[in-house]
Amino acid sequence: MPARRTARRGRHRHAMVQHTARRIVVIGNGMVGARFAEEVARRDPVGERVGVTVVGAEDEAAYNRVLLPGVLAGRYAPEDIRLPVPEAPSMAVRTGTAAVALEPARRRVALDDGTGLDYDDLVLATGARAAFPPIPGLAAADGAPEQGVTALRDLADCRRLSALARPGGPVVVLGGGVLGLEAARALAERGMRVSLVESSPWIMRRQIDRPAARILAEQYGVLGVAVHSWRVAARWLPGTGLELDDGRVLAGDALVVTAGVKANTGLAARAGIEAEHGVLVDDTLATDDPRVHAIGDCAQHPGGGAGLVQPGWEQAAVLADRLTGTRPEARYTGARPVTRLKAEGIELTSMGEAEADDTAETVTIADAHGGRYAKLSVRGERIVGAVLLGFADPAAEIARMYDDGAPVPADRLALLTGRPAPETEETGAGAADPLVCRCNAVTRAGVEAAWLDGARTRPDIAAATRATTGCGGCTRDVDALLAGWNDARPVPAP
Amino acid sequence: MSTATHCPYCALQCAMHVEAGPDGQPAVRPADFPTNRGGLCRKGWSAAQLLHSPQRLVRPLVRTGGTGEFAETGWDEALDFVAGRMAGVREQHGPDAVAVFGSGGLTNEKSYLLGKFARLALGTSRIDYNGRFCMSSAAAAGIRAFGLDRGLGFPLPDVASAEVVLLAGANPAETMPPMMGHLSGPRLIVVDPRRSATAEFARERGGLHLAPRPGTDLALALGLLHSARAQDLLDGDYIGARTSGFDEAWKYAAAFWPERTEQVTGVPAHLVRAAARALGTARGAYVLTGRGAEQHATGTDTVSAWINLALALGLCGRAGSGYGCITGQGNGQGGREHGQKADQLPGYRRIDDPAARAHVAGVWGVDAGELPGPGPSAFELLDSLGTAAGPKALLLMGSNPAVSAPEAGRVRDRLSALDLLVTCDFVMSETAAMADVVLPVAQWAEETGTMTNLEGRLLRRRAVLDPPPGVRTDLEVISGLARRLGQPDQRFPAGADAVLAELGRASAGGGADYAGVSPQRLEAGEELFWPVPGPGAGTPRMFLEGFAHADGRARFAAVGHRGAAEEADAQFPLIATTGRLMGHYQSGAQTRRIGELAEAEPEACVEVHPDTGARAGLDDGGWARVVSRRGATLARVRYRAGARTDTVFLPFHYGGEQAANNLTNPVLDPVSRMPEFKVSAVRLERSDPPQDARAASSQNAGAAAPAAGAGAGRRGPARPAGG
Repeated sequence: MPARRTARRGRHRHAMVQHTARRIVVIGNGMVGARFAEEVARRDPVGERVGVTVVGAEDEAAYNRVLLPGVLAGRYAPEDIRLPVPEAPSMAVRTGTAAVALEPARRRVALDDGTGLDYDDLVLATGARAAFPPIPGLAAADGAPEQGVTALRDLADCRRLSALARPGGPVVVLGGGVLGLEAARALAERGMRVSLVESSPWIMRRQIDRPAARILAEQYGVLGVAVHSWRVAARWLPGTGLELDDGRVLAGDALVVTAGVKANTGLAARAGIEAEHGVLVDDTLATDDPRVHAIGDCAQHPGGGAGLVQPGWEQAAVLADRLTGTRPEARYTGARPVTRLKAEGIELTSMGEAEADDTAETVTIADAHGGRYAKLSVRGERIVGAVLLGFADPAAEIARMYDDGAPVPADRLALLTGRPAPETEETGAGAADPLVCRCNAVTRAGVEAAWLDGARTRPDIAAATRATTGCGGCTRDVDALLAGWNDARPVPAP
Repeated sequence: MSTATHCPYCALQCAMHVEAGPDGQPAVRPADFPTNRGGLCRKGWSAAQLLHSPQRLVRPLVRTGGTGEFAETGWDEALDFVAGRMAGVREQHGPDAVAVFGSGGLTNEKSYLLGKFARLALGTSRIDYNGRFCMSSAAAAGIRAFGLDRGLGFPLPDVASAEVVLLAGANPAETMPPMMGHLSGPRLIVVDPRRSATAEFARERGGLHLAPRPGTDLALALGLLHSARAQDLLDGDYIGARTSGFDEAWKYAAAFWPERTEQVTGVPAHLVRAAARALGTARGAYVLTGRGAEQHATGTDTVSAWINLALALGLCGRAGSGYGCITGQGNGQGGREHGQKADQLPGYRRIDDPAARAHVAGVWGVDAGELPGPGPSAFELLDSLGTAAGPKALLLMGSNPAVSAPEAGRVRDRLSALDLLVTCDFVMSETAAMADVVLPVAQWAEETGTMTNLEGRLLRRRAVLDPPPGVRTDLEVISGLARRLGQPDQRFPAGADAVLAELGRASAGGGADYAGVSPQRLEAGEELFWPVPGPGAGTPRMFLEGFAHADGRARFAAVGHRGAAEEADAQFPLIATTGRLMGHYQSGAQTRRIGELAEAEPEACVEVHPDTGARAGLDDGGWARVVSRRGATLARVRYRAGARTDTVFLPFHYGGEQAANNLTNPVLDPVSRMPEFKVSAVRLERSDPPQDARAASSQNAGAAAPAAGAGAGRRGPARPAGG
């Protein structure tokens, strides 16, 4: 393949040699695959270095899967959540096309339309699919959802669910993780009566602790979502609802299955590329074939990160750095994910260890009545975990410190409650001679001296001291001082 | 004597009376005017003190060959020397070997004549100005969106009747206090990493303070647009009828839902929603941006993102709402219109536009082919000085880049490498102290001319008194040099009114059209907002009928968040951001020489959260060395409990070892070429006080003080004339 050899030599020369752009094929046009293309276009806008072909199985242009609960809630129309498509001449996107086989030895991908694509580098961004638990009535033998059942992974699922469920009608959500809780809240916003079933002892089992989950479940109850934790579903009864292991039946016109995902590793595994839960990658995001890379939910990195979009986008940026040669030394060293629930009226943030052991110093505030809960765990002055429900302002700051690995302040309680931060300027209200006009540095004594010299009106005071002539913020204060003095004191003899 | 004129400092251009004070010296009293409404800040009140300062330069200074010290000389000798050297450099190295650096503080007439001087008398393409550091990102974004850039497209008093005003990266309570009189009615949303005086002003009055991490302003603007749409607050009819490009722009905003915006910027999601709701439901709203939005390597896109928000809410080109840039420098608006910018000809024309070249060449009486093409931008120009391919001589007017340029140490090195540095100044600024020739020029109250304030309003600057004997105006300097360089006398008049008349013709038909501006109209009290194409009224409110693009539509810009060029890391774990203090102006060359201002803020400070300071071993009130990859600066530690723990703030008004710009990163915005002043990764170290803290402060009588820094030592210390 002479073209490829030319390209490789060309990389080591300057623009002296007209070299052929290297060919990158991306399998998957989801949030991470599309993002990778965008990141490449930003680094190589005219395609001097690489040409990219993105292959996507869905018929749709790329969109933002994270906002699907918002589409469900009616906050977004489907076209609102489209992702940017780089309009570089070197970019091609083939929607409605699935990769069916990978031949690493020939560096070729076979597609379901009978064609194939040669590559210099392959990027697997095949994502994950909903995992249906083995409960009778959920899925047919071929894996397709039964009547009234849907996942919530793509826009087609969204449309399906919108057709199944009507405002005022009952809907059951199976699975109380982040997606399940967001979907339940969205459906309640849309006017559905929602039940949510979680088989673990508490909801968001991987992100928060039990006391937080209890308060969260109560809040969901107030918002119209009945939470049933530690309950196993027995079977789905189309037209009726979901039967639980205790015999109760939760009414449901529709069942939304949000009980976890499985990485789409089949293409890689069939080609002999090593995969466990996901396709195994190292810090360079390469698989055991150095020309095959994996990013996003289909990848399994020792530092974690699958299941959240932010790490996937970081991986896309790192791989774009590497494959365009803009920063060949770039590495992905793992994520410090922060989970932020997107549910109208609920402010929940969690990170790290929700149940840190005794080696951590932990501060906890539980206010079930107020629907608030905060837990902050610190080791060696660094945050190792936090659960924050109803602590919106400190949560943003704590997440930032966790993300940066920044040291926490000595006063952890103050960090949680929002620090009392009066400016400690000596010119504050408590000072012996408080500043009245900050713009012109006029103190109360200065205003008083002018009054004693005969200044009785605000213009007089302004002319004598400059007070009130800056931002004007002290006008009321000066008026009040004058009113008090003019009323209470005898006018001094001239 | 009592003469009405305008303040020498910022773009608010407060009106003032200058008259004899109790001591017989000129003093200032505020005048009633729509912008300042009878107000002044402490800088304005004390402005007249520099007119009779003993530090005033009153004789031309030329460095002697022998000792390398300045010697007083006569004007003819000085101008002959400068013109001769410039001609010699041009002879030897070509016309681009002589460069010119101007200022947003110069009058319209000076800006215009300086640009003409560069193109005709020197034939150089090497001219740019310090406004590149201030307003160029907003200018670029405004042109991109509206087809034309006028800072505020409406009179400032309009803002007072709005229900909500969002201020992005602007701190007028500190930097232009009288403006706050227009902002006390509306509910304010203040976007600033610092809990600034303006943020406090907002908080005390039920407004919102959004404190993004430095360098994430663009993400916050995208987040507000996203949240406004998710709350169904956009003006779809307006977007359809008056704009184009929304769908592409939205795709970038679509990635910034409130919770992700929170994770990127640190601004809580509920505040993002609340701000979007307040802005989107207001009856009358304005989005105003300042340097905090602009001074980034992504400054143009950041301003575009704020404009996108204003457009999506249907605010622009309508009475009672809008977008505006709060211009900073006194003539930051007029200074960016009339040809002292590297890529520009008078009337906001592009120098690479053949029609523009033909028009201006016609007014100038030359062949269009004689006009040079576009040159490099301010930092690129400064960075090339004295290099093999760069200019060997520089004429500098109204600027102090040894203090104000990014990575100031590097710029001082470049200035030192010049064969000839000529500055026009009225005090021995840090840059003047490095010069070969210093020409003493008149100050604001000693000269006539016009300024264009932040509203695009033309103002008359009036001479209150004569300059001291031995001092000339900038226009006289340009005129005298031009004549000595072989230009016909009438081509470079020294009278401001004659220059204004020519400027009017040169700008006629351009974006910023001054053809109808005359001293008589201004003296008669007419309110003239450009464009003023003829004898009719000017244009107080822009774009009411349509935007300046050919199709009349405003354009959304498809901009995404990229982040700052430099991130905090283990070695430099904090972000330093820079800005202004109330008592000082720009490089401080003027205000550090005014007693009451210098005493209030005598030295550089660094605002630090107490926890951050304690970890670095600092004490409140002690001294810190702030270190970046590019240099270090000394500053007195000021604890601020309301500060972000990851961010420190330094004012940029001080020179030498206290110059904040020793730290800053000269990475440039790809469109505006503005440097990233607002984000530098730094660390803090405990430090001893500066060796001579006193000399570093107000008593910085020019180059004799160590505060003038490395540059002052170039050819030995210099003496201010008469000092």
